[in-house]
Amino acid sequence: MTEQEIYADLSSKFGDKVIEFMEEGTLNPTVVVDAGAIAKIVTYLKDEERFQFDSLMNLAGHDADVETEFSVIYHLVSTELKHYITLKVFTSRDEPKVASIAEIHRTADWHEREAFDLYGINFEGHPDLKRILMEDDWEGYPLRKDYVPAEFYRGMRIEKVK
Amino acid sequence: MGRLHAEEMVLNMGPQHPSTHGVLRLKLRTDGEIVSHIEPVIGYLHRSFEKHAENLEYQMITPFTGRCDYLAAMGSEHGYAMAVEKMMAIELPERVEYLRVIFAELQRIASHLVAVGTFGLDVGAITPFIYCFRERELILDLFEMASGARLLYNYIWIGGLAHDVPPGFVEKTYEFLDAFDERVAEYNQILTGNKIFIERAADIGVMTPEVAINYGVTGPSLRASGVNIDIRRTEPYSIYDRFDFDVPLGQGLQGTIGDSWDRYYVRVLEMGESAKIIRQALDQLPVEGDVKSAIPRRIRPPKGEIYFRSENPRGELGYYIVSNGKNVPVRLKMRSPAFSNLSVINEIGQGWMISDVIAILGSLDIVLGEIDR
Repeated sequence: MTEQEIYADLSSKFGDKVIEFMEEGTLNPTVVVDAGAIAKIVTYLKDEERFQFDSLMNLAGHDADVETEFSVIYHLVSTELKHYITLKVFTSRDEPKVASIAEIHRTADWHEREAFDLYGINFEGHPDLKRILMEDDWEGYPLRKDYVPAEFYRGMRIEKVK
Repeated sequence: MGRLHAEEMVLNMGPQHPSTHGVLRLKLRTDGEIVSHIEPVIGYLHRSFEKHAENLEYQMITPFTGRCDYLAAMGSEHGYAMAVEKMMAIELPERVEYLRVIFAELQRIASHLVAVGTFGLDVGAITPFIYCFRERELILDLFEMASGARLLYNYIWIGGLAHDVPPGFVEKTYEFLDAFDERVAEYNQILTGNKIFIERAADIGVMTPEVAINYGVTGPSLRASGVNIDIRRTEPYSIYDRFDFDVPLGQGLQGTIGDSWDRYYVRVLEMGESAKIIRQALDQLPVEGDVKSAIPRRIRPPKGEIYFRSENPRGELGYYIVSNGKNVPVRLKMRSPAFSNLSVINEIGQGWMISDVIAILGSLDIVLGEIDR
């Protein structure tokens, strides 16, 4: 199935929860969906006979600019039918939250923790959302574009990199 | 009254534990000798690769990619170079493609040799480890000949190679291949069919195909569960469609499909397949061709994003790159295979003894450098 067909199917099923189809400016055609509905959409894509998206290749947080919203990108593949789809959700900077898909694709468990760790995006419904790469008591979210590197960590000076 | 009250105990394995293959901590909840829950604690080697990448020009990121999976630096560089080339639509000279495949497959053998050797070490067989490192040494010599470095090469550049291979490289690679097949037979003799080894690895930590796919396990660990997915075959990149090779799958020869022994044996078989690919690539290698002719002067991928995946020794290595048309990426995420492969350990390690957890961890073949990035 092509991405275009998948988009058409999704928008007839989920209506305004499916926002747009992006082909320009990406080498993986992307369906932009609502952040609250992502779990339902991913479940649908996994369970339907004609999609069988059983494998989540990658989940990445993204911050384009200090003024834009955060986004989360999901790259899905069907191991049986060998087709792909990329999903994208946007969420506000002030209160970033996205529905978790960790119970649907276990791969997402650690990837969502990573996005939470580095971007501070809250994945609602995640079984154990905590930092994964950084220290538990680290302050701030390092991959945000407006992140200011800390000067000290537990009294130790952090060397500045030029 | 008078009943024995057995409590669960939490046991920390690592971070400084010889069998954790790096700096990894496993929080084990144990009931006597039986492990009831495993929680991996990672991040000890976090060097903020992705943050660095957002501040570096594209060609300056290449050496960083090698430092993520330091046992398969050629593979990481290859994947990264291909992702950026695809964004910029660069056509490569044939000679570059062939040399890249030769190096990627040599790297796969070198990486699997470490995996096989250290797995033996984990379950108490010391000699095979020395044997494996003997052969790995020969491959590192070839890498040194070509790039000057033995571990971290910075050899595969965006659009080409750092320089051509020196005279005598092809002959030396043939020599290595001629000797290698016999060496694999030696491993089979000393380890694969070893009774003690089979007792330690067969039927231990069985991973079903459903669990493997659901957790995003890829590479030899996935194929050991009988799932026929190898990105070199299912969506051939570079020039992999020109070679004739098999994709070994787990068959449960000593126990159940998807056990630790299968994960080990798939790697042994894959080394032979890689040797086959290298031989074909050497036979077909074009003599003419400037390996630097396609290197762009300015690397500025057009505005857009890509997710590109390739088959690294440990599994699916993906790069998610977002460009805004400048010489520095906006976002670069590395989807490292070992990251997802490690996350499955609680699922397949529950209910086994502590010593079996070591065997299961060894059979997953993780590299902490790319897990923590």
